Amino acid sequence: MNTETIYHALEEVMDPEIPTISIIDLGIVTGVEIQNDDIYIKLTPTFSGCPALKVMEQLVFEKLTPLTAGKVNVETNFDVSWNSDMITEKGRQMLLKHGLAPPPKHEGYIELDVLSDVACPHCRSRNTEMKSPFGATLCRSMHYCSNCMQAFEQFKPVI
Amino acid sequence: MDTNTAIKELLYKIADDQLIIGHRNSEWTGLGPILEEDIAFSSMAQDKLGQSQAIYNILNSMGEQDADTLAFMRNAAQFHCNHLVEMPIGGYDFSLIRHFLFDHAEWLRFDMLMNSSFEPIAKLARKYRGEIKYHIMHADVWLKQLGNATEESHNRMQTALDNSFNMALGIFENGPHEEQLKSEKIFEGEEILKQQWLKKISPIIELANLELPAESTWNPSLGGRAGKHTEYLQPLLDEMTEVFKIDPSAEW
Repeated sequence: MNTETIYHALEEVMDPEIPTISIIDLGIVTGVEIQNDDIYIKLTPTFSGCPALKVMEQLVFEKLTPLTAGKVNVETNFDVSWNSDMITEKGRQMLLKHGLAPPPKHEGYIELDVLSDVACPHCRSRNTEMKSPFGATLCRSMHYCSNCMQAFEQFKPVI
Repeated sequence: MDTNTAIKELLYKIADDQLIIGHRNSEWTGLGPILEEDIAFSSMAQDKLGQSQAIYNILNSMGEQDADTLAFMRNAAQFHCNHLVEMPIGGYDFSLIRHFLFDHAEWLRFDMLMNSSFEPIAKLARKYRGEIKYHIMHADVWLKQLGNATEESHNRMQTALDNSFNMALGIFENGPHEEQLKSEKIFEGEEILKQQWLKKISPIIELANLELPAESTWNPSLGGRAGKHTEYLQPLLDEMTEVFKIDPSAEW
């Protein structure tokens, strides 16, 4: 067992609310350490009120426990503050596959114009408008595409 | 006074504001005037409850009780929230105005605290600032929309603003350790925060075609930070802890 095998295993732990994206591609794994046989994992929340956090901790625990005779410690903290630019390129493709527009790269700046300028995940048209900055989960906003006339959601950019 | 006492006082008022406004926001779940607004207030509730929990966890690491006990086992006199957040949701006009006034103050508070010498709150502040950005964008859109729509919507927003403003000024009630928090570079202080807030909200209120109440009528609603609350807080606490109190030792 080395950190590489752990990262590899974590690539199979999916976000319970968006099951096409792994927690690695989501960018929330901020620490992987092995001490003797014990594994120490650190996660950072996408949104601090996210109810999926406890579930993800449990999924990580269950995934890694068979890999070691030692203990598995999973801790969520704010040492590294998550932002949506931490989603990997593969992760962005996986969001699209789930029908979610990936967050625009924001480089620290978010205003309404950034949020509203979104390509439709169905037809790729930019002829879209934001309906609400809040959606089905804390990490999504609601949009409408005037080209294919379908509602869609975006994974919100967060700084 | 030792530094920890001053920090705790600061953390309690922030966390209590978040917890109580979070619960009030959640009262719109299922009742919002349109589906998107129902979801918006529910989402903001969820954000604020999550944010309060992490602050209670810091307090816990400083020797206070655990987050659940702090949230559910204190009575009104032990809470440090301001009067604005504890008011019933009223009509949508009041809830939107409260959301606008409180959330701007909150965003600016965390913007300040990002640079706090107390690293645990600085870390959270950096995170929360990004989340609350969405709350203030939501508030600004509705304020401008309704302030400029019909005569009825304009008048209702103006009346709600007039009725809420003194309670909003109570957000900035000085704590007993202001000077110490300032000198130790933990928090720049309520007075500076209030000035920044007035500067931030005034142009938006103007764009909404609304008017701030005349300064001569300003009379902050004080006492919340010291545990003196309106008649509305205790019933809210009773309601939010009703199930918990049936069996506090139950495993969930």
